[in-house]
Amino acid sequence: MNKLRLVAGVLVLGLAAAGCGGAKVDDTSGAAPSSNASAGAGTAPAGTVKMAINGWVGYEASAAVVDYLLENKLNYKVEKVNLAEEPSWQGMESGSVDVVLENWGHDDLKKKYIEEKGVAVEAGSTGNKGVIGWYVPEWMVQKYPDITDYKNLNKYADLFKTSESDGKGQLLDGDPSFVTNDEALVKNLKLDYKVVYAGSEAALIKAAQQATQQQKPLLMYFYEPQWLFNQLKLVKINLPPYTDGCDADPKKVACDYPPYDLDKIVSKKFSETGGPAYELVKNFNWTNDAQNQVADDITNNGMTPEDAAKKWVEANPTVWQAWIPQ
Amino acid sequence: MVAAPADMASPVPVTARAQRFVRWLPAAVAVLVVALYVVFKNTAVLPHDDDASLFHWVNDARDWVDENRNTSPFFLFFVNYVRLGVAELFTLFQTALTALGWPGLVGVAAGLGWLAGGWRIAAVSVAAFAGIGVLGLWDASVDTLALTLSAVLLSLVIGIPIGVLAGRSPSVRRIVSPVLDVMQIMPTFSYLSPVVLLFLIGPASATIATMIYAIPPAIRITALAIERVSPTVVEASESLGATRWQTMRKVRLPMALNTITLGVNQTIAAALSMVPLVALIAAPGLGVDLIRALARVNVGAALVPGIGIVLIAIVLDRITRSAAVSRVRSRIVSWSGFAVLVVAGVALTPVLAPEFPEQWEIQIVRPINDVVNWIEGNWYGFTGFLNDTVAYGLLNPLQDVLTTAPWWLITLAVLAFAWRISGLRAGLIAAGCLVAIAALSLWEHSMETLTIVVVAAVITILAGALLGIGAARSRWFAAVLRPVLDAAQTMPSFSYLLPAVALFGNGRFTAIIASFIYAVPVVARLVEDGLRAVPGTVLEAARSAGSTDRQLLWKVQLPMARSSLLLAANQGIVMTLAMVVIGALVGAGALGYDVVAGISQQEDYGKGLVAGVALVLLGIMLDRITQGASGRLNPEKKRIA
Repeated sequence: MNKLRLVAGVLVLGLAAAGCGGAKVDDTSGAAPSSNASAGAGTAPAGTVKMAINGWVGYEASAAVVDYLLENKLNYKVEKVNLAEEPSWQGMESGSVDVVLENWGHDDLKKKYIEEKGVAVEAGSTGNKGVIGWYVPEWMVQKYPDITDYKNLNKYADLFKTSESDGKGQLLDGDPSFVTNDEALVKNLKLDYKVVYAGSEAALIKAAQQATQQQKPLLMYFYEPQWLFNQLKLVKINLPPYTDGCDADPKKVACDYPPYDLDKIVSKKFSETGGPAYELVKNFNWTNDAQNQVADDITNNGMTPEDAAKKWVEANPTVWQAWIPQ
Repeated sequence: MVAAPADMASPVPVTARAQRFVRWLPAAVAVLVVALYVVFKNTAVLPHDDDASLFHWVNDARDWVDENRNTSPFFLFFVNYVRLGVAELFTLFQTALTALGWPGLVGVAAGLGWLAGGWRIAAVSVAAFAGIGVLGLWDASVDTLALTLSAVLLSLVIGIPIGVLAGRSPSVRRIVSPVLDVMQIMPTFSYLSPVVLLFLIGPASATIATMIYAIPPAIRITALAIERVSPTVVEASESLGATRWQTMRKVRLPMALNTITLGVNQTIAAALSMVPLVALIAAPGLGVDLIRALARVNVGAALVPGIGIVLIAIVLDRITRSAAVSRVRSRIVSWSGFAVLVVAGVALTPVLAPEFPEQWEIQIVRPINDVVNWIEGNWYGFTGFLNDTVAYGLLNPLQDVLTTAPWWLITLAVLAFAWRISGLRAGLIAAGCLVAIAALSLWEHSMETLTIVVVAAVITILAGALLGIGAARSRWFAAVLRPVLDAAQTMPSFSYLLPAVALFGNGRFTAIIASFIYAVPVVARLVEDGLRAVPGTVLEAARSAGSTDRQLLWKVQLPMARSSLLLAANQGIVMTLAMVVIGALVGAGALGYDVVAGISQQEDYGKGLVAGVALVLLGIMLDRITQGASGRLNPEKKRIA
């Protein structure tokens, strides 16, 4: 009875493992018990920080720097949780996320998770200024100077036709989880366009690069801060200007995106028990240029996020030293 | 020689006239459908409406759950406990596996391999786990292993008793079997939303979602094993005065154990295929790297965790597979070998440090990406041409037809088609699914998804059939093809999205390419097996009657392999649907996009959940249409496999 023996073997191991593992589960974090993970340093880490990583490289750049400082200056262990924006907020309720490092508005989520449920709190601005809009490559503006006014977009809809756009013009959006009013905008501004989702930031960037190199027409959703603006020029389309509250009803939006002051959100629990890690997150504040620099290193210079963060930290001690709690 | 389906053939002696009628009926129906389409085009279409009241109703239900998660007794005393319990189980596995350190874990794997199948399996285990370490995947792999093991453990704890019940009682089986059918057909994407609603995101939901996918084989194969225990042995045991429980424990279970172990094997395989998907709901592990690479359009970075999953799959597969084969070896040798390997591994942990040494890791991401970049840069014209040909030549026209035809006409056409292929019952179920989809207010998106699935399935089945025929006719070709197909089949389906994205950009064609790579191996294999199963004597007879090779294939082999061919089509279509849905992550849109958006945008939650239901219905419909082989000709097959 070979199988019985195998089963018994597994059980013996399971019990033994449970015996020696059980003692370590007592910390409240509930996951990743690798308390001996920072081997080499020889000291136990001060705690674990679960940081949500949303799907754009700018976020990753900020996270890399905070991660580097937490691990190397404050001796924390950082667990990165790759998630879309809204699930990250949910994660603060379920306990799988402590920190959202770059939040884009999301007033509805703030209302739900901060005011109503009380599971999250704001932790101040990142210093980054966010812009969302529709962009075309620069050569198109030279060729069709009036294209930057949204009222003229219908005139050029044929240029933007693709195999995926149902005979209309294509408006290329990013990841379905990104902040976007584009479907409502197309509808409410009566534009002869179809929103097509590329699926990710990288796909948008690739489309922009091809559109510039091969002079292919492209209208796409994009945003700042973004390293790509250092590499090629995109021109923003002028939508009806944003006024306070014009985007209150997501189905009826007919105006541009608001200027975003990107901010940090942390779970209530982390704000109470996070100690110096929470202080560092709260103090973290830098410029769009700084973020773009790190993001550029990660994307184009073949650096891992850790290496890129290390390079920035070593070059800018005065900036980050102000974030370290006394 | 058109074989009329049993349901349509009249029981009275068939006159020549009736025969002609039967022969012409399909063509007549087809003409009728086309005529109706021309007349009724653009009437009774169901355009998509994001604001359907059903979606709002689901959103309200979600809000209710969100508000009452910590007050309603259903959550307080049931759901939340389940969540906590499952999370504890995962943490336990994770803690244990991490505490072993890498040498310990390799030692344990070697020990279990030795116990199950001797030194060969032990060596495979060591090599594969070492490979994972060398690829720099150790930590993520431990998380994946912990999640997989928790899900498999739960599947077995729940699945084996249900399987035993189903194996003993035909009435239980009648209830369980259709439920399992649906569980296996439905695209895995569709149940992420409800699972997340109940259990929030995190490892607990991930384990439960994995379990839902992994439990059907555990139940099915256990039931089969129990059913097949020789009745004479059972009778002998009963006549000796054994109670039912004794018979179960001492006779049935031990005799069924080999087969049940194979069930474990299948359960593990199913669980591993969920690894990438559950990363979307905050499960740690290799899936995270895959999804991340997908967002970065980084082929190399996606391939590496894919290989990691394959290596884990190989180890678990070989151990369970060889455990299912009886082998005679002295008990002392087995156990002492096991003990030596485990102790050696664990003892090495403090010496070698629990984390896999970084200097042993090798980097293969860059060379892979260099190749991809080269192809991208040089084949641009060709890939763009392919994409546009399929999009403008096949996808758009078909989508136009499906979205401008009245919904009742499509339903009738599907009814007629399924009736012709698989019988009236299947036809009615398929048509019923379509009516339900119309009621879900997701008709247009469903037709878009159906378009992609049909095009992908046709391409896949044609190519698979060609490969299968080639392999069946030439041993040399079969020998070359087999390892390629084996490799393609074991890689997680997500890994295929990446090369497809890199080559063809984002869109429907990319999803088609990915599902092609995913489903072709299965189709080719089923076709090859079906053709090889045609008895040699029949071929001999046909040859001696003067058939050419070509006649042999078309008049003898293919007709005789009809049921395998239909099964191949069935599997090809179901797998294609699963992959096309995942294609939403790379811009394939339609229902899959609704599901993705539902997970990540709260106002789209209702639409996403309903889209999941529509996907299940679409899956059932496609399965019923092509069920002819397994359902009608061989009623046993579906129940067993």
